[in-house]
Amino acid sequence: MSFANSAAFRADQLSCRRGDRLIFQGLDFSMPPGGALLLLGRNGSGKSSLLRLLAGLLKPASGQLFWGDQALANEREAHAGRLHYLGHQDAVKPVLTVEENLLFWARLHDPATPPERIALALDTFNLKLLAQTPGKLLSAGQTRRLALARLLAARAPLWLLDEPSVGLDHDSLGRLEQALAEHRAAGGLVALSTHAEIALPGAEVLQMGDFAPTAEQVMGVWM
Amino acid sequence: MNRLATVILRDLRLALRQGSDSLMVVGFFVLTVTLFPFGLGPESNLLERTAAGILWVTALLASMLSLDRLFQGDYEDGSLELLTLTPTALEILVIGKIAAHWLTTALPMLLAAPVLALLLHLHEDAFLALMLTLLLGTPTLSLIGAMGAALVLGARRGGVLLSLLILPLYVPVLIFSVGAVDAAAQGLPVHGHLLILGGLLLAALPLAPLATVAALRQAVE
Repeated sequence: MSFANSAAFRADQLSCRRGDRLIFQGLDFSMPPGGALLLLGRNGSGKSSLLRLLAGLLKPASGQLFWGDQALANEREAHAGRLHYLGHQDAVKPVLTVEENLLFWARLHDPATPPERIALALDTFNLKLLAQTPGKLLSAGQTRRLALARLLAARAPLWLLDEPSVGLDHDSLGRLEQALAEHRAAGGLVALSTHAEIALPGAEVLQMGDFAPTAEQVMGVWM
Repeated sequence: MNRLATVILRDLRLALRQGSDSLMVVGFFVLTVTLFPFGLGPESNLLERTAAGILWVTALLASMLSLDRLFQGDYEDGSLELLTLTPTALEILVIGKIAAHWLTTALPMLLAAPVLALLLHLHEDAFLALMLTLLLGTPTLSLIGAMGAALVLGARRGGVLLSLLILPLYVPVLIFSVGAVDAAAQGLPVHGHLLILGGLLLAALPLAPLATVAALRQAVE
C-alpha cells in the first residue's frame, strides 16, 4: 500500500538558533519519496534540533522547508498530518494498557484508524502478548517498541526518528529495520539520527559537524 | 470533533485510574469548609451571612490545587510534543483537556456543595442561586486556570507561581457569584449576576484556549 500524499522533502539553507547559540547553519538536503536521511554527529551538534525543526516544533532562524513545491510556513496542521515524530521520550502513560496507549495516539492522528492497523502495529513490534499490560510494567525496551508501534498504527509518509534504536534488543532492531524498509518501499520518507548501526540502504548521510558555525560566529564580539 | 472526544475520554480514564487527584480536590473542599463552623463558632446568623463567601473561596482554592497537574504529566513524558503535532487545531485538544479537568475536579465539588451549604446554614432561598453560580463559574475557573498551568510549565515551584498568576484573575467570578447568592438570600433578583457570570464564561471559552495554546507551544520549543 503506497502513500498517496507522499512528496519530496527539501530544506534550503536552514539555520537553527537555541537561545543565544547558533547550532547549525546553511544546511541543505533533499529527499525524494522513498528516500532516507541519516543524521550523524557528536552530542550537541544539532541532530535533535534539526528533527524538531523538520517536525515543526521549532522554527528555523533562517531558511525554508519544502514539501513538494510547497513551502512549509503557515500550514502547521497539514504538515503534522503527514509526519510521525519520535523523540527521546516515549509518551507512554503508566496507567493505560499498551493497546490503550497505542489506540489513543492512532485515533488522535487519524480518527478513522481501523482496529486491524492497531493489531498489525502491535504484531510488527512483537507486543501482541503485552497488549493488556499497563504501561508502568513495561521495560525500557518494551516502552520504546510501543513508541515505535505508533509509526505503523496511523499511516503518515514522513517519519522523523530521534535515536530510535535506544534500548532495543537485537531482534527488535531487526524489526525496526524491516519496518523502515517497508515504509520506504511504499514511498515513505525517513529522517533519523543515531549513534548505533541501523541499516538504511541508500540513505543520504548528513554530517552535522559540516554545518557547525565557525568559532567567530559562536564567540561573536568576544573574539 | 472525534479528536475532542478522544482526548476527553483518555483524560477521564487517566483520572479514574489514578483517582487521587480528584478525590484530593473534593476532600480538601469538604474538610476546609467544615473547619469554618469550628473556627467561627456555631452561631447560625454569622454562618448564614458568610456561607456563600466561605463556599466560593474554598472552591477557588480547591480548584487551584489540581491545576498544576493539568499539563505537567503530558509535559514530562513527551505527550505534549505529540499533542502539538496532531493534525488539528491544538485549541480543540486543550478544550478537551479542560473539559476533562472540570468533570473530574469541579463536578464532584458541585455535588458536595449542597450538603456543605446545609452545614453552613445557607438561606434556603439561596440554594438554587449557589448551584447556578457554581455551574456557570467553575468552568470559567478551569479555563482561566489552564492559561496559568500552561505558563508555569517547566518552572520550578510552579504551584506557588501559578496561584500568584491566577488568583487575581478569579476575582470577578468570586464577586459576582457571591453577590448572586447574597441577593437570592435577601429575596432580590439574581439574573443580572448570572448573566455576567455567563458572559465571563462566554468570553473565557474562546480566549483562554488561545492563550493556553500560545503558552504550550512556547513550552515545547
